[in-house]
Amino acid sequence: MSRYFTDEHEWIDVEGEIATVGITDYAQEQLGDIVFVELPAEGTTFEKGDDAAVVESVKAASDVYAPISGEVVEANGALEDEPALVNSDAEEDGWFFKLRIADTSELEGLMTEAAYKKFVASL
Amino acid sequence: MSGTQDATHFEDLPLEALPLDAWHRAKGARMVGFAGYHMPIQYEGIMAEHSWTREHAGLFDVSHMGQLTFSGEGVDAALEHILPSDIKGLKPFRQRYSMLLNEEGGILDDLMVSRLGDNAFDGAAIYMVVNGATKYDDIGWMIDYLPDDVVMNHMADQALLALQGPEAGEALAALIPETADMVFMQSGPFVWRGIPLWISRSGYTGEDGFEISIPADDVTLLADALCALPQVKPIGLGARNSLRLEAGLPLYGHDLSPAVSTIGADLGFAIQKRRREEGGFIGHARVMKELADGPGARRVGLTIEGRLPAREGATIHVGNTQVGEVTSGGFAPSVGAPIAMGWVSLPHSAEGTALEIEVRGKRIVAVVAPMPFVPHRYRRKA
Repeated sequence: MSRYFTDEHEWIDVEGEIATVGITDYAQEQLGDIVFVELPAEGTTFEKGDDAAVVESVKAASDVYAPISGEVVEANGALEDEPALVNSDAEEDGWFFKLRIADTSELEGLMTEAAYKKFVASL
Repeated sequence: MSGTQDATHFEDLPLEALPLDAWHRAKGARMVGFAGYHMPIQYEGIMAEHSWTREHAGLFDVSHMGQLTFSGEGVDAALEHILPSDIKGLKPFRQRYSMLLNEEGGILDDLMVSRLGDNAFDGAAIYMVVNGATKYDDIGWMIDYLPDDVVMNHMADQALLALQGPEAGEALAALIPETADMVFMQSGPFVWRGIPLWISRSGYTGEDGFEISIPADDVTLLADALCALPQVKPIGLGARNSLRLEAGLPLYGHDLSPAVSTIGADLGFAIQKRRREEGGFIGHARVMKELADGPGARRVGLTIEGRLPAREGATIHVGNTQVGEVTSGGFAPSVGAPIAMGWVSLPHSAEGTALEIEVRGKRIVAVVAPMPFVPHRYRRKA
């Protein structure tokens, strides 16, 4: 399994044709206390860059974009009952949705963990 | 200074630093631009700070607000021309909520006004605290409408702290024992370590608490002394907003604006009987008309079904008709659910009315609810 990152502070785990998407620990820290996550329905298809989910923190609502194109095969139902999972475990149990990858070549433009760390340090 | 500026003119100007700027940063605050200043939005997190204030005592830096004094011949009569509240009947060391109205009765700002004793702020008669984002507009407006005999002084070198929460009383008494006897909306001069303070027992959270005016040069000393107490932690603007929303208190520039009126805003309590009957203040005609005929729309509280927050700007509907707009909204930590404040046309504004709010193309159910959402816990006279 390989993990990729975007400059919109999302992480993407790729296993076969399925990509699991979430927001990074840096992102949840910036957003603050998360009180609601609006997730896409199964079967929804996204082009890379589409609005895919919305994170509501105490402060504001923030969009989460589809980091690659694909079809939603599962959304993380645990976030409905416990949106604060995104704060406590952003990069594991706080995942948002899983996509069936439409075009693996889109992964090439994403960052490695090392590159993402460097990117965050530069902010 | 012109009376025609609006809050947006700050966007063109560099942000200024408050007297406690370095103190906030040292405490780990995340700073944002607000009302023309760098201000702390949060320290450890909005939810934790909100809960701390409801359970203990929170220290808020509100030094961006405008602190003004008024003195001179005929000051009471002059202020009664620009404020709809009873100033002549305001006793020494008492404070009152009031507002500035324009000729059409629209709200230019909301404010606190109190009568000083003889030995505070160079012997001035009246002390006023106005909103930070509107203070220069307010000053311009008042210069135009106050007679030459009245002297208005903007105390730009005075800081303002708010200490709020159920343990605020015991915390402040640890430093200044004489404050223990104060009751809600009482104010007075105090001295701490030789520093002159003007303290009122009031605030913007619905909790017991104080607002403390202190020379800017001395404010770090007081902030440190308060935060050294076990009851007190610094609290940012984020929690200040969620606390005041739960308390049902309007935020100027959001829930109140020149487009809305006192009666519609449910702030008629600020206009005492004598002032309603006698008039003689700017905006009186609108007040009397709306008292007789009812306002076109009302500021109401809204409880929201589900967990999706409705925020400022979301439209409120009954079927296909838009009947209002959300002016403040978000997750309410002490309620454990989203709540909102909004303006709704009169026929749909009765408590218990079911409405729909549109959020990102979806309709969520909201019900007009009494405010406050969390009961006030002011320290009133026994």
